[in-house]
Amino acid sequence: MTTIPTETRQPGKASLLYDPKIRGYAYQILLLAVVGFLVWSAASNAIENLRAQKIASGFGFWHNAAGFDVNQKLIPFSASGSTYGQAFYVGLLNTLLVASIGIVLSTFLGFFVGVARLSSNWVLAKLAMIYVEVIRNLPLLLQLFFWYNAVLKPLPDARNSIALPGSIFLNNRGLIMPNPQFGPAFQAVVVAFFLAAFAAIAFYIWSKRQQERTGKQYPNGLITLGLILGLPLIVYFLAGQPLSFDLPQQGRFNLTGGLQIYPEFVALLIGLTTYTAGFIAEVVRAGILAVSKGQTEAANALGLRAGPTLKLVVIPQAMRVIIPPLTSNYLNLTKNSSLAVAIGYPDLVQVFTGTVLNQTGQAVEVVAITMAVYLTISLVTSLFMNIYNKRMALVER
Amino acid sequence: MKKFFAAAIAGLGLAVTASAASAQAPSTLAQVKQRNILNCGSNTGLAGFGVPDAQGNWQGLDVEYCRAIAAAIFNDPNKVKFIPLSAKDRFTALQSGEVDVLVRNSTWTMTRDASLGIVFTGVNYYDGQGFMVRKKLGVTSAKQLSGASVCTQQGTTTELNLADYFRANNLKYEVVAFASSDETIKAYDAGRCDAFTTDASGLYAERLKLTAPDDHIVLPEIISKEPLGPSVRNNDSGWFNLVKWVHYAMINAEELGVTKANVDEMLKSPNPEIKRLLGTEGKFGETIGLTPDWVVRIVKHVGNYGESFEKNVGQGSLLKIARGQNGLWTKGGLQYAPPVR
Ligand SMILES: N[C@@H](CCC(=O)N[C@@H](CS)C(=O)NCC(=O)O)C(=O)O
Repeated sequence: MTTIPTETRQPGKASLLYDPKIRGYAYQILLLAVVGFLVWSAASNAIENLRAQKIASGFGFWHNAAGFDVNQKLIPFSASGSTYGQAFYVGLLNTLLVASIGIVLSTFLGFFVGVARLSSNWVLAKLAMIYVEVIRNLPLLLQLFFWYNAVLKPLPDARNSIALPGSIFLNNRGLIMPNPQFGPAFQAVVVAFFLAAFAAIAFYIWSKRQQERTGKQYPNGLITLGLILGLPLIVYFLAGQPLSFDLPQQGRFNLTGGLQIYPEFVALLIGLTTYTAGFIAEVVRAGILAVSKGQTEAANALGLRAGPTLKLVVIPQAMRVIIPPLTSNYLNLTKNSSLAVAIGYPDLVQVFTGTVLNQTGQAVEVVAITMAVYLTISLVTSLFMNIYNKRMALVER
Repeated sequence: MKKFFAAAIAGLGLAVTASAASAQAPSTLAQVKQRNILNCGSNTGLAGFGVPDAQGNWQGLDVEYCRAIAAAIFNDPNKVKFIPLSAKDRFTALQSGEVDVLVRNSTWTMTRDASLGIVFTGVNYYDGQGFMVRKKLGVTSAKQLSGASVCTQQGTTTELNLADYFRANNLKYEVVAFASSDETIKAYDAGRCDAFTTDASGLYAERLKLTAPDDHIVLPEIISKEPLGPSVRNNDSGWFNLVKWVHYAMINAEELGVTKANVDEMLKSPNPEIKRLLGTEGKFGETIGLTPDWVVRIVKHVGNYGESFEKNVGQGSLLKIARGQNGLWTKGGLQYAPPVR
């Protein structure tokens, strides 16, 4: 019989070389170094060769005058005086605009369709199914062309605009609305709005606690609405209505003045929303089906009607399954928004890797920046969705 | 996204092929000969300049330039592969070596010449930018376009001139820029814009694509100089010379009256200028890596400049563009070629 010496059974006493933790770190550092070296050598190689080919390189172009115009811009931009750098921001904001609105709308539509597909109403369920199948099986680019034509073709030209109530006009140049002009005193209204929002949140928390303690329910929705609308409204009138409107006027070609929503934006938004909603609907359906039937039955047994059962019992549990694939649909929508280039919506790819790249000829820099931007947007979206996911996961026990 | 990836790949390709270039690559001419075909960057479809016909054969003034180069090298005008490029992809394609020469109604500008790693070899068509509008608008001059929406193609000089013109004349406008010419003209046709702008030659060509071409007129103003010409990478002066002299050969042939029909006869001409041009005296072709009869090959297969012009954009075409600025210098035009000597 041999006795095993106690020392050998002690982990960590061996040489550092054999420590799995340290080894792990070492490998990771090594990998990072290799990747870093590859990136560095690719970059310096590219710079070297661009110089050899006499192609301008570097980021100096950022501050050069752009010399072109963009129709939809959320920040001031004009051919006279704006730079390529500003063009980048114009494109980026347009991408973020269409992506964020698209995400919100496609979530609503997707949830609706997903729930509808499971509805006991046969017609509704079949309609939802057809929607999902059609939308998911046609290329998005084709759908965008379709929507762009569907938006442009039936609308009258700018001289025969459809006049809607409230000085709103619709024609094939878009939807033209009165443009709000904010007076300086309008700040007070904004402050009032935020105060009201805080108050509403505080009230909500208080009422929840109260409900837990006493079981008494408060009309949260109504009170929130009242606060958020009422308070700013009162302040608005007290401040002497510091808001006027720049009304669209018929010009020789177009309506001038006013706020314009461009057909390219509308077509892209509809295209992205309906397309992504098709996928979200399936995600939602899968999520709901993943919740065991016993949960619904238990809720019914407690006397909950179908609506509250769905809202209070099924969906919160389904969310756990829904959120991860939902995130990837959000990311897809954002990336798909770069198809804007096909229908002339000035998103980041259209403005920056389209016009700026071409006018400066600096493909490497422009493409690198654009890729970095999409990567950042994706990572940030994932980050937020992960945080949300963690919070939802906590609800489960 | 597809477009974006294309650009990304082109960018990466640029970085990679650039490294190949630095390692003493064989000359472009040697590569072309070895490949046994010329890669020519062309328009995606612009009548008169570069467009495939119903049988898929490429036609046009720019196309024939490439055919002339192929004829000079291979004695075969069909040894050309045409690679259609949109306005915004064309220079990247040239930089990255995807094409040997870019002949695609591209304007010669200082930026393009000096900072894209490419050089223009000359001007095969003198052009200028114009506007097209619907007749029913009752507009007779570009100066009346204040407040108009204008459709244009991005990645072009057109986009920049448009901004300049409206700014200089203190006119308001809305620009709607598209990546492809098809989308641009379709959007204009659908009424998205009041005016469509591009090179004047392009206006006449694009008008043919409209549902009712006769409902549209081209306004009289020409707002810019658009010297359109071929370009090559600027790391191969031998290739640059070859491409440049193909154009000069065609101009000189026209000036000396050498045509497709009479070139064989002209070989017997006692005129020393013709003799040098056609290689019956001296070996000028060899100085640019070609055979002494290089011009004979070009003229036989493609014709002289005037012939190519008339066939593709002039009276022999749908466009019916007058020679005007593109006439020979001897006839009051701007086309002028240095002598072969
Ligand atoms: N000459 C201008 C414009 C050339 C240009 O791209 N024109 C358009 C409109 S006629 C075109 O040919 N488009 C065809 C295409 O993109 O394939 C330039 O070099 O920037």
